[in-house]
Amino acid sequence: MTLPSSLQHNPRLSTWILIENDRLIVQTGKVELGQGIKTAIASIVAFELDFPISRIDLVSGRTSEGPEEGITAGSMSIETTGASVRQAAAEVRCHLINLASQHLQVERDALYIEQGLVKQHRGNESLSFSELLNGKQIDMEATGEPAPKIAAASETLLARIDLPGKLTGGRSFLQDLQIPNLQHGRIVRGPSIHHRPTHVRPLDTSLGVVTIQDRDFIGVIGRNENQARSARQHLQDAITWQLDPSLELTDGTDWLRETDIGLLVVDGTPGDEPIPDVPPCHFRATYTKPWHMHGSISPSAAIALWEDNHLTIYSHAQGPSLLRDAIAGALSLTRDQVTVIHAENAGCYGHNGADDAAMDAALLAINVPGTPILLKWEREDEQRFEPYSPATVIDVATNIDHGRVQYWSADIYSQTHSGRPFGMQGASNLIAAWEQAKALPRPIPQPGRGNHSGIHRNADPLYRFPDRRIVKHLHRDQRIRTSSTRGLGAYANVFAIESAMDELASMENVDPVAFRLKHLADKRARAVLNRCADLASRHLPKPRDGYKTGYGFAFAQYKNRQTYAALCVFLQVNEKTLATELDHAVIVADAGRVVDPDGLRNQLEGGFIQSASWSLKEAVTFDRYGTTSTNWDSYPILKFSEIPTVCIDLIDNPKLPSLGAGEALHGPTPAAIANAIAHATGIRVRQIPLTSDATRRAGLQD
Amino acid sequence: MKTLNLIVNRREVSVAIDPKTPLLDVLRNELDLASPRFGCGEEQCGACRVKVGSHLMYACTTTVGEVQDAVTTVEGLGTLETPHPLQQAFMDLNAGQCGYCLSGILVTASALLNANPAPSRSDVMAALDAHLCRCGAHNRIINAILKAAEDS
Repeated sequence: MTLPSSLQHNPRLSTWILIENDRLIVQTGKVELGQGIKTAIASIVAFELDFPISRIDLVSGRTSEGPEEGITAGSMSIETTGASVRQAAAEVRCHLINLASQHLQVERDALYIEQGLVKQHRGNESLSFSELLNGKQIDMEATGEPAPKIAAASETLLARIDLPGKLTGGRSFLQDLQIPNLQHGRIVRGPSIHHRPTHVRPLDTSLGVVTIQDRDFIGVIGRNENQARSARQHLQDAITWQLDPSLELTDGTDWLRETDIGLLVVDGTPGDEPIPDVPPCHFRATYTKPWHMHGSISPSAAIALWEDNHLTIYSHAQGPSLLRDAIAGALSLTRDQVTVIHAENAGCYGHNGADDAAMDAALLAINVPGTPILLKWEREDEQRFEPYSPATVIDVATNIDHGRVQYWSADIYSQTHSGRPFGMQGASNLIAAWEQAKALPRPIPQPGRGNHSGIHRNADPLYRFPDRRIVKHLHRDQRIRTSSTRGLGAYANVFAIESAMDELASMENVDPVAFRLKHLADKRARAVLNRCADLASRHLPKPRDGYKTGYGFAFAQYKNRQTYAALCVFLQVNEKTLATELDHAVIVADAGRVVDPDGLRNQLEGGFIQSASWSLKEAVTFDRYGTTSTNWDSYPILKFSEIPTVCIDLIDNPKLPSLGAGEALHGPTPAAIANAIAHATGIRVRQIPLTSDATRRAGLQD
Repeated sequence: MKTLNLIVNRREVSVAIDPKTPLLDVLRNELDLASPRFGCGEEQCGACRVKVGSHLMYACTTTVGEVQDAVTTVEGLGTLETPHPLQQAFMDLNAGQCGYCLSGILVTASALLNANPAPSRSDVMAALDAHLCRCGAHNRIINAILKAAEDS
């Protein structure tokens, strides 16, 4: 058997699993972002080794220890790390049984493992893992030979290992770490990442606050958090901020079309083949999404300490090893001089301010050797400076013949989804690296060419459309900074595809589920859609006076290779205001072998609710100088009173590989909502957010 | 600087501090309580919510000098060993994802259950409208509060 990718890169078993007395230490490069990955990984090891989960300790995201696993993103952790840990544990199990067989002079078949002890089917003698290893670790390399165990998912709820602490005042988050002599840092920036400070007058040091300035980078350090906070505000107000007029913003999203970078996407991969013209088409429509924020509930933060020519950083970044290389590069240090240790913060949902805050903390810390700095961004910093999910404009054109889509064309115009920092030469993706005296430029965005990698993620419909033309257009504008957010291009692309499928079904007078099934050959895709339609048919909406009721379906397989998900949304539209209220959702998913059913449900439902918030309410607003969405009033998200009930059905396939699910619902959600609004009102809204204003405008155009 | 006497989680404490300091800083930095969390500083997200007497207050905008009554945080509800029925219900239902918003929500929920021991789903949703959750764990959170009401 070929080894799972993470195990190929980190083949030594002791990199993954260490045996310490009666406990197991499981190491992974993947980090906890609130998705429950620590619980899922611990449960895999507990299952494979028949070891109590309460005696497993997870070490994750330390650049100094454990496997190098890059980044925790793209719904990949269960597929890559889950499979790697499962195989590593299977090999550890095999090795322990071998050792016990030699030690006890019995056949391997006479032995089994229970509760972390190797036992004999006949006989009372049992041996613990550490007794068998006699203080050694399993330093051998993985072979891929022993097969992992097979079992269907049990519906027994697996308790999240991190939640009890978070519910009882435990020191769970980065901001809670207790480090002696910790001082408080804040950064001082203008209205946008492009504003440059002039007339900076450092604060009087008698205030107990130190001002750090490195050309355009300005920060303050105080012993007391409130002093640091006040000093930041004082300096920010006192400085004159200047913006290069070429960086002033223009309205709307139409300018995204002004680019000459276009790549033809074939089978999900962009290439350099000539782009054919679009023939006359029966159906043409344009779908758009605005810029969205990650909108973490906590602003970004980091702790940095510069001591003995070594920089230690605690960060909630998704890729500790990438961040280490990026910071080493920006500060002209070797990678051995930098250690990054992952510590949790509130959920990030992609590349938010975490990495920039870590660099900010580092730049403050190297100015005060020996003093650890806890740097916190304020809410306003997070909303102004975090990279947004890019706006997208999608032009769809299709032709139908005999009730089947014969031709599908999509031109997708957007900005980069790849703004993450990593160890690059002569450039940097970290804000402070552009500001410091030894400034590095921002890299120029390049169109990604990976399969389903960015703008074109899920742009290639899973449906059987014989003739297809999919073009990915990248706009290199750097005024609005963009990067990865859950789902990347899948959010906009699935919105366009699944909205168009409903529009086409309606033109053909065919049931929208039947129309989809007619174009779907994949059995697993058909199964989730059929099950969803069946479950939805049993839900009885409750009509209300003054409201129109509707429901809408959507389907996607994430990246055309991960989790299959079908969704039906029930909602009501106020007849006067045209405001939409969600009622209920039915979700059916096939994620292959299920590791943690409750964790999977939590991820699917969370993905749906988050995407419903993006889709109904969210758009970053701008004036000429930068964002005006600087707090939760100016960037509203879905509230508790607006949350629909959700019913989730999982199709378990225990013999098939586990598939990533964390982003499976982000794409189908806006389409299901728009389809339900159309069903309720007859108005087709093609512009996210699907607000009452957007519905009214769309109604006037129809 | 002034010495202020407070009652926090049923214990008397005194802190020498500028009375204009946010209550949140005092709880976290002076009294080493990790549960109240900073989210927005503008009473828009609820992550910092604590009880002062029987009132729900935003610890980020309340100054310590304004505090006239006993303060209760999540640490005052229950512990890992002897959790409050709400904490137990949240653990039983895995009610959360990243967990950052949960402290403020637990405090609001405890005030809700004191005032209304048998709330409906819509009572719970209305009480939680002062709180933001970004992970989409809302239904689990609502269900955990309803379970705690049933269990206690």
